[in-house]
Amino acid sequence: MTDHLLSGVEPDPAGDAGHLDAPPRTGFFTDTSVCIGCKACEVACKEWNAIPEDGLSLTGMSYDNTQGLGASTWRHVAFIEQSPPTAEGRTELPLADAPETGSDGQGGDLRWLMASDVCKHCTHAACLDVCPTGSLFRTEFGTVVVQEDICNGCGYCVPACPYGVIEQRPSDGRAFKCTMCYDRLGAGQEPACAKACPTESIQFGPLDELRERAALRVDQLHAAGVTDARLYGHEPTDGVGGDGAFFLLLDEPEVYGLPPDPVVTTRDLPAMWKHAGGAALSLLGGAALSFAVPALKHLARNTGRKGWR
Amino acid sequence: MTGSDVTREGPEGERPGREAAPEILRGGPDGGKPGRGAGQRGRRRGKGRRGGRGEQLMAPPAEFQSYYGRPVIKAPAWRARDIAGYFFLGGLAGAGSVLAAGAHATGRTTTATAMKISSLAAVSLSTAALVNDLGRPDRFANMLRVLKPTSPMSVGSWLLAAYGPAAGAAAACAVTGWLPRAGAAATGAAALLGPAVATYTAVLAADTAVPAWHGAHRELPYLFAASATAAASGMALVVGPVRETAPARCAAVLAAVADSAVHQAAEERLGMVAETYRTGRAGKLLRTARALTALGAAGGALFGGRARPLAAASGLALLAGSACTRFGIFAAGIASAEDPKYTVVPQRAAKEARRTTPAPSVERTQPT
Repeated sequence: MTDHLLSGVEPDPAGDAGHLDAPPRTGFFTDTSVCIGCKACEVACKEWNAIPEDGLSLTGMSYDNTQGLGASTWRHVAFIEQSPPTAEGRTELPLADAPETGSDGQGGDLRWLMASDVCKHCTHAACLDVCPTGSLFRTEFGTVVVQEDICNGCGYCVPACPYGVIEQRPSDGRAFKCTMCYDRLGAGQEPACAKACPTESIQFGPLDELRERAALRVDQLHAAGVTDARLYGHEPTDGVGGDGAFFLLLDEPEVYGLPPDPVVTTRDLPAMWKHAGGAALSLLGGAALSFAVPALKHLARNTGRKGWR
Repeated sequence: MTGSDVTREGPEGERPGREAAPEILRGGPDGGKPGRGAGQRGRRRGKGRRGGRGEQLMAPPAEFQSYYGRPVIKAPAWRARDIAGYFFLGGLAGAGSVLAAGAHATGRTTTATAMKISSLAAVSLSTAALVNDLGRPDRFANMLRVLKPTSPMSVGSWLLAAYGPAAGAAAACAVTGWLPRAGAAATGAAALLGPAVATYTAVLAADTAVPAWHGAHRELPYLFAASATAAASGMALVVGPVRETAPARCAAVLAAVADSAVHQAAEERLGMVAETYRTGRAGKLLRTARALTALGAAGGALFGGRARPLAAASGLALLAGSACTRFGIFAAGIASAEDPKYTVVPQRAAKEARRTTPAPSVERTQPT
């Protein structure tokens, strides 16, 4: 096993997973600057993949009552209600018609950030690496899919995911997440969420092409004065080797509930095994010492009693 | 997550703050105040008031942003009794086999037999805990479908599949007296596999995105080895006759010293995440663990060689201390996963450090 299979730049994940003549790697580019928070993607995903409902309670925190990705939510629209700081050159988007600021300085300055979140289909996917049954696999499209008939519900992939995407369904304990509509891809169609998105906030296609398109879009936004626009998860040199699903964000990633600097945990696995080996040897050494010390004491006492002539 | 409890006075009950970006970050009343670092707890009960809106501001005082206080990563859904219990029992079994082999080789037959039985019981119970967590027994068999070095759980399943029968054969031969040579071989095999069974669980915990576990991935195996040795020596003090317990007493002292030193090292490396090891349920458990381990080791060393009841009491303290260590580390991991602070703040710091130091990409790809 070489290092680049666990972390770092990985140009051909499908090929390295054993797919011969794999098609170009496909992905999602989610441009949150045009998301209108309609949740068509959430609904289309549920409909197409026949995902069960996962609670209908209101959260009271925002218009987002889904709260996050999970076993039964494979697309999730985050809904952030912000009073953005006007100082320090932060961009104000004309997303909400706020009333004029009163004399007390209250009541103005509001913006909504909306972003459709999804499984990142990491280049180095911790969930896939740590799965003990081989239930998770790399498809020919470079995406990561769970085989539900093989998953045995150990739940190890859940804390392994640096994005908090995959989750066990409480009813049967097995883990579920976005498949990037593997069935639709196989039939030459785009995933249901991208198909349903009315504003092309969710774009689907070959990853290289999406990265080019995203770079153009960021330049366009910067030129238009939206200086806070930035890409997230597009760098093949990042901690997970780049995401198969990346984003254009208008604020820091953590505002959207995304980790600012995720790292695939298996990057450190060689070091961990090394330390575990060291610890196992220390345990053996400590035990040997524990048997040696009383024996030596005994020996010393006996020789002391007899004395040396 | 609670349901909505909206009253006429506004929403009530414990729930994420209503502002995605806390006021402190926008230069609000508490913004920029020194000393309000990331270390403060109880932030969701913050009583700060937002002018004119008549609702409680639940913004965290820590300097980080999050999505309504929701966790960034998902905490493992493992039950503490099953998985922390599995860590403890695996350690007890693994290190117990090593002590059993030592006792076997040095003619301490009573201790050897008792430790072999204890290891078999512990590994059986730990497998039962694992199966209970999976839900159905056939799901354990599914674990042996593949062997993946990148999955500590896969490696562990195979280790358990090899170690369990060895520990069983060692115990069976010792109890019945049949096939002494095969029994000695099984004892040796169990002693060689035992340390791996005791320490691989540290890799299992560390190879996750859980900040308190992954951040301590270098120290955790040594901590688990020390804790396992403490448990096994405690068991030897409980079951062994006084004249045979000298090695166990020595091992207990070594384990207590190592446990304390490694724990200290882990906390230093973890930085702000170390507070998950000091506060809440984890803090209580780990303080108890250190006290019990120190008490057990000292008691064993001072009185274990004279009075059987005192030796047994020291042994029980060591066993309880080891169990508290495992449950404490488990609880610290859950606490660190459930609070976005422990994911966001160290990651932002890492990102910042990389931005200010040159040649970042080379550093990134190297396994550390």
